[in-house]
Amino acid sequence: MVFDRSDRPRLPRAIKILIAGGFGAGKTTMVAAVSETRPLRTEEILTDRGIGVDDLTSVEAKRTTTVAMDFGRITLTNDYVLYLFGTPGQERFWFVWDELAEGSLGAVILADTRRLADCFPSVDYFERRGTPFVVAVNCFEGAPTFELDEVRLALQLDPSIPIILCDARKRDSSREVLITLVKHSARLRAEPVSS
Amino acid sequence: MSTTDEPADEHWVDPEIVRPYVVTRGRTQPVHGKFDLISMALAVGPPPGPEAGLDPEHLQILQLCREPKSVAEIAAYLNLPAGTIRVLLGDLFDKELVSAQEPQSEVDMRDMNMYRAVLDGLRSL
Repeated sequence: MVFDRSDRPRLPRAIKILIAGGFGAGKTTMVAAVSETRPLRTEEILTDRGIGVDDLTSVEAKRTTTVAMDFGRITLTNDYVLYLFGTPGQERFWFVWDELAEGSLGAVILADTRRLADCFPSVDYFERRGTPFVVAVNCFEGAPTFELDEVRLALQLDPSIPIILCDARKRDSSREVLITLVKHSARLRAEPVSS
Repeated sequence: MSTTDEPADEHWVDPEIVRPYVVTRGRTQPVHGKFDLISMALAVGPPPGPEAGLDPEHLQILQLCREPKSVAEIAAYLNLPAGTIRVLLGDLFDKELVSAQEPQSEVDMRDMNMYRAVLDGLRSL
C-alpha cells in the first residue's frame, strides 16, 4: 500500500520555552494553565558520568539519579509546536538546564515575592548564557505586594528585561507572559515585531 | 529477558533503573541521529510485520507517532527515560519506519516568520 506523503500529517518544527524559578513558584501550574494536555513528565537517568543512559557495567558503583521535568505542549500551527519545560529545581542539575536552554526561544522566570531570592540562580544562569528571559511575578494570595520596580531593583535586572505581574493559574495571564517573552526574544534576536 | 542468570551475590539494583537498559538491550546510543528532547517523530509507511523484528516498545512508539510527537512526549507516555526513547527511535529511523524533524536551532531563532507564527498561535489560544 502506497501512502501519498501529502495526505499524512506534516512534521512540525518544535520550539521550546523554559519556565524557571524557585521551588513552589508555580512552574508546573503555569505549564498546566496554557498547555493543551495535562502536564507530562519526562525523566533523564543520570549517572555521575553525565546525562543519558550509559552502560550498565557496575551501575551499583555509580550514583544514579533520575531528573524529572514537567512539560506541556501547545500546537501553534501546522508548522510549529511549542513545548514549555519546567526546569528541574535543584542547582546540581545545571547540566540538564544546559540541554534545555540549548536552542530555546527563551525563558520565563517565575518569582514568588515571599521568596524572591529563590530566583537569583535562574536570573544569573540565563544572563550568563545569553538566553532571552522575562521575569513574571506570580501573585500569590497573602504574599507581600511589591512594586515591579522594587522587584527589578532587588533582582538587579537590566532595564531592558521585561518584568510583569501574573497569575500562573490563569490561562490568559500565563499566555500574556509567553507573548511578552516571544516579543522580547524577537527584539533581541530578530527585527522588531509590531504588536 | 530475565535477571535470574545473574550471580546470586549480585547487588540489588532498582528495577526502574534496569528496565531502560533491558529495553535497549544495553545500548546507550541511537544507531542513527541525535534526537533532541524535542525532536519530532512521525510514523511513516505501512505498519511493519513480524519480520521487522521489533519489540513491543518499538510498536508502541509507532502507534503514538501516527501524529507528530516529540521525544519527551514519547518518553512521558511510555514511562521510559528519554535516553531509552532515543535509542528506540534510532532503530525505527534506521528501518525507515519513522521520519524525524530536528527542533528549531539556535541559528533559526533569528527567523522573523517563526516569531510571527508563535505570536499568532499564542494569541489564538
